[in-house]
Amino acid sequence: MSVTPSDIEKVALLARLAIAETDLPDVTERFARVLALVNELNTIDTKGVVPMSNPHDMEQRLRADSVTRTNDRDALMATAPAQQDGYFLVPKVID
Amino acid sequence: MTESSFLATPVSVLQQMLRDRSVSSVELTEAFLERIAASNEALNAVVTVCEEQALEQAREADAAIGQGELRSLTGIPMLHKDIFCTQGVRTTCGSRMLENFIPAYDATVVTKMKAEGAIMLGKCNMDEFAMGSSNETSYFGTVKNPWNLNCVPGGSSGGSAAAVAAGMAPLVTGTDTGGSIRQPASLCGLTGLKPTYGRVSRLGIIAFASSLDQAGPMARTAEDCAIALTAMSGIDPGDSTSADVPVPDFHGSLDIRIDGLRIGLPREYFNDGLDSAVRERVMATLAELEKAGAVLVDIDLPHSHYAIATYYVIAPAEASANLARYDGVRFGYRCEAPQDLEDLYLRSRSEGFGEEVQRRILVGTYALSAGFYDAYFNKAQQVRRVITEDFHRAFEQVDIIAGPAAPGVAFPFGAKQQDPVAMYMEDIYTLAVNLAGLPGLSAPAGLIDGMPVGIQLIGKPFDEQTILNTAHRLQTDTDFHLAQPDQRGFMS
Repeated sequence: MSVTPSDIEKVALLARLAIAETDLPDVTERFARVLALVNELNTIDTKGVVPMSNPHDMEQRLRADSVTRTNDRDALMATAPAQQDGYFLVPKVID
Repeated sequence: MTESSFLATPVSVLQQMLRDRSVSSVELTEAFLERIAASNEALNAVVTVCEEQALEQAREADAAIGQGELRSLTGIPMLHKDIFCTQGVRTTCGSRMLENFIPAYDATVVTKMKAEGAIMLGKCNMDEFAMGSSNETSYFGTVKNPWNLNCVPGGSSGGSAAAVAAGMAPLVTGTDTGGSIRQPASLCGLTGLKPTYGRVSRLGIIAFASSLDQAGPMARTAEDCAIALTAMSGIDPGDSTSADVPVPDFHGSLDIRIDGLRIGLPREYFNDGLDSAVRERVMATLAELEKAGAVLVDIDLPHSHYAIATYYVIAPAEASANLARYDGVRFGYRCEAPQDLEDLYLRSRSEGFGEEVQRRILVGTYALSAGFYDAYFNKAQQVRRVITEDFHRAFEQVDIIAGPAAPGVAFPFGAKQQDPVAMYMEDIYTLAVNLAGLPGLSAPAGLIDGMPVGIQLIGKPFDEQTILNTAHRLQTDTDFHLAQPDQRGFMS
């Protein structure tokens, strides 16, 4: 599978990354090299193999749904890039 | 003992010195802080120094020692990789995205080491979001290898490795997603351990690839790694993937008797692709273990070849999901004057992330996108199982597996930066261990033209003890781990 600059633009939008027009050829070329590397996977037969998402096949442990600690609102808000009255500020979404 | 001599002293010896009061924690802390001040300009290994906090902790440690209260790391100065959240102390993950991020809580590893009495001197430079094998992707600049300032220290825990090699701290933490503890340990002449997946809590470690990430210690000796691993390990209610298995006293259980230990040598690691000088060092090191009674056995890991392709689907896929949280809204970098929400997301992420991080997000997003999921992500997870089963079969014949930790010694800056795939090959001997969730250790195996190289020892799941024992035996019989760089290179 080869990859074109327009493929990269589509993926970049999905990933919410902006790629400058001038960088697009380089980004595409290097992406293609990585893709060529991972396309090696097509050469192995894995019919019937169960995908592995945890190396020990461990089940996710669930904990009791109880409060263990409360958020320190001031400390957590202190790292926000823009805030007002305890709210995160973002550009206007709806006019 | 003169001040500069204990800068190269292992934790196990410093512990004894603190216990018999031949040195105080404040003296140790001051000496390491001075070394950081004198060498960091040349090396750039440390991004944040916590001088006052460290001295305060050292005074508390001395008071505790005075009352006879000694825990496993009481009074021992150390550094954390800047991927571990530290309450009130900036945690950058090597990224512009987190240049000003001050966590509201400590990572469990930080909490545990603090509880054992460790002194935090500061935070170590690293590849951005732990994505790299040379420390060249850090927003805060490259780290120089203390053995040769024109060469990389390895990565992603490159700052951590350089710091120990240069005597800035006797012990550091690192994280290893595909080799990020073992490869820099090899390139800087240290002992570094990636524990079994689940052995150490990931809570508060800034996530890269959640099914692969593990934290571990880097130090001068296997004995020191054993001390630190005991302190770091254990189930954590805050990390549902941390394992509910008993934590041995790895240090107290160290045993140098390796008579009859079966060490597997994968044919696929020792084939024609292995650099001849690395082969020579690894084989010479194995010969020492053979002299100590170990038995070398040829084994096969037939799907080793697929590890790199598998890793470079799974790790970027998980990273693309983990890094979706950086949106310029709640924390982290935000672009100037966003026009609208879309512009805020796009520019904050493009300006906040560096090139390698963006490449991996793109690859991961591609592998997870509609139409490609089965061909890439699902397929990679299937091959992951095939690779893991190779190891399980091998462990029916042998106790541990040995091979190189990295394909060569430290390389010059810029040598592999233009080609991402050339850089990815740095981890060719380490990636499969993460895919299979196994413990892996790199220990010094001597020098090649004056530069260190490591041997990798791979253990069965949750059997860190046997690889620590083996490395400890090696370090009892040989002096590979005692080699040190010439300080004149980096001292101002």
